[in-house]
Amino acid sequence: MFEIVAKKQLGTNVWYMEVVAPLVAGKAMPGQFLIVRADEEGERIPLTVCDYDREKGIVTIVYATVGAETERMSRLNVGDRFADIVGPLGRPSDLVDLPIEELKKKKILFIAGGVGTAPVYNQLKWLHENGVEVDCIQGARTKDLLILEDEMKAVTKNLYFATDDGSYGIHGNVCVALQQLWDEGIRYDHCVVIGPVIMMKFACQLTKKLGIPTVVSMNTIMVDGTGMCGACRLLVGGEVKFCCVDGPEFDGWEVDFDQAMQRSRLYKTEEGRLMLKLKEGDTHHGGCGVCS
Amino acid sequence: MEVDVLKKVPVSEQDPKIRATNFDEVNLGYTKDEAVLEASRCLTCKNARCINGCPVNINIPAFIAKVKEGDVAGAYEVISQSSALPAVCGRVCPQETQCEAQCIRGIKGEAVSIGRLERFVADTAKEMGIKPSLPADMVKKNKKVAVIGAGPSGLTCAGDLAKMGYDVTIFEALHKAGGVLVYGIPEFRLPKEKVVAKEVENVKALGVNIVTDAVIGRALTIDDLFEKEGFSAVFVGSGAGLPRFMNIPGEQSLGVFSANEYLTRSNLMGAFSEDSRTPIMRAKKAVIVGGGNVAMDAARTAKRLGAEVHVVYRRSEAELPARVEEVHHAKEEGIIFDLLTNPVEIIADENSWVTGCKCIRMELGEPDASGRRSPVEVPGSEFLIECDAVIMSLGTSPNPLIKTTTSGLETNKRGGIIVNESEMTTREGVFAGGDAVTGAATVILAMGAGKSAAKGIDEYLSNKG
Repeated sequence: MFEIVAKKQLGTNVWYMEVVAPLVAGKAMPGQFLIVRADEEGERIPLTVCDYDREKGIVTIVYATVGAETERMSRLNVGDRFADIVGPLGRPSDLVDLPIEELKKKKILFIAGGVGTAPVYNQLKWLHENGVEVDCIQGARTKDLLILEDEMKAVTKNLYFATDDGSYGIHGNVCVALQQLWDEGIRYDHCVVIGPVIMMKFACQLTKKLGIPTVVSMNTIMVDGTGMCGACRLLVGGEVKFCCVDGPEFDGWEVDFDQAMQRSRLYKTEEGRLMLKLKEGDTHHGGCGVCS
Repeated sequence: MEVDVLKKVPVSEQDPKIRATNFDEVNLGYTKDEAVLEASRCLTCKNARCINGCPVNINIPAFIAKVKEGDVAGAYEVISQSSALPAVCGRVCPQETQCEAQCIRGIKGEAVSIGRLERFVADTAKEMGIKPSLPADMVKKNKKVAVIGAGPSGLTCAGDLAKMGYDVTIFEALHKAGGVLVYGIPEFRLPKEKVVAKEVENVKALGVNIVTDAVIGRALTIDDLFEKEGFSAVFVGSGAGLPRFMNIPGEQSLGVFSANEYLTRSNLMGAFSEDSRTPIMRAKKAVIVGGGNVAMDAARTAKRLGAEVHVVYRRSEAELPARVEEVHHAKEEGIIFDLLTNPVEIIADENSWVTGCKCIRMELGEPDASGRRSPVEVPGSEFLIECDAVIMSLGTSPNPLIKTTTSGLETNKRGGIIVNESEMTTREGVFAGGDAVTGAATVILAMGAGKSAAKGIDEYLSNKG
């Protein structure tokens, strides 16, 4: 179980893996996530599902190496096995419950940022396979960080790129891009934004101004991911919600993003130390004395 | 050794000052001599009331008689007929309100220490390599039963069904079997490798198959288990669910945790160890809100991780829902109890890190519907406890996962699954027990429900033919 059958590097710190996980692949729907443990001592890490193949029992994950655990995962190779993969977790996207005819009438825009492109791809592919054509703005700091470009093109009607440094597509972030499309007279009546919290926050401010109802997918701190520990709580419309069972998708106009960003910093110090320890190996305790 | 028949033979414990700094087991258990001596206090009553006090009806006088004779294997066999997890129960059951509360010895003196004797038998049997075995006259039923959740109720139900000849598979959502025994109860009360893992192995030795990383309701639904996977009956022992919070200002600040999260990090993920790759906050001063056993576990864990610990509870000591022994142990370890006190706000700095917990004094008013005197705020008595962590231990509300993905499964107004006297739910062939039915309760009550459900499932499948 959980054998890695394909591995690719998509960007400097971004990895793509296909993994044998029949229970997850059998039921996964767009919008859901899974939890992995790299090895027997590993932390439980929630990741979005990028793709699944029900027949082969394979799921695709895409992740950035942001901490020691993802760094360890990236060091696994084809033929290696994860200790655990559990899922699918969370509720499927609300879009998949709507009648296809209704979806076809909607003018839907997806906004994908960074590795948030992976879960967006999963939704776009599902819509495409069901004959629903939608647009997408894919944003990144710079061209090299844009991932899955060909795959994304294949499942969208119009795919727009936005880079902060102007190295590809529209010069500016995803909000600049959306405003530009809007100014050109392009209209949407539903928006899905997945990416860094700060991006989702500003995208939602804009869609609210433009009056486009917006759904976001939150990636909070989690432990069990099945509705037991409460680590993933966040405020939505002033109420406490649990990302793992009430989400991960929420009404983007109602999410308290500032609070979510604050909570995501909870273990940054510990994570930073673990990353240093992993990267520096035996030379780690070399004398800075900070974490002796 | 002299014995005062009115008193329990004392058991050795780690010194409080030392144990407050480590995660090794507090209670060191009886030696063989101590166990035989304690066993000799049992009057072997013909009409043994202790048996009725036990939710799984262990034949207590019979096993104690074997201990008296020094026959541990025999004693283990007696216990195994009724309990799948004796090493666990000997440690975490509230014996003082169950078997030991019924003991005749308790009228004039102290009850026989049934719990410590059970633990002695289970631990010694393990050291001797004795495993529970399937009954010699067992006939294979060739029917598959699915058990959801490898916690106390699920393991018990699965073990009993296996002994009856059913082909049993447990589906566990976490990566390790044991449920609350691995994620909830700390190492210093219930060692994971030495005790829980061995008890799980014993259940597997009866032929039970355990599939970890399998979330029923998501990866497979109960319908799938019947229609696609060929199971004839299902037992739901999915445990309690989402932690409750107080809904007071500041509760989203950094440093506010549910006891479930804090304990899961420490216990399941081993974050108490410096080597762990799962982080946990090592607080300097922690406030634990609540007075149950889970609150005691969180408090004693925080203490061991280096914090000064305050337990804040809105009623008085007499109403503390935790076992007396847990409260006693916590006090010995230097945990401070701020009773008749309730948090009203959590104070944080400009970066949202907790700096204090604003509380108000309470006094007890008239008894409420539950018979407990309900606490009322004393106006103007607010004060601040400076702290960097607040751990909420206020109980849980049921996990909605199975209910929302299973048709025909009715729940009560608190979200607990409704069952009949055979533990069958409103859906035919689906049984349930433990916290998923009762809301947060004890390990042994969950085991009792698992046992009763196994009987109910056997009757149901036998009648179905």
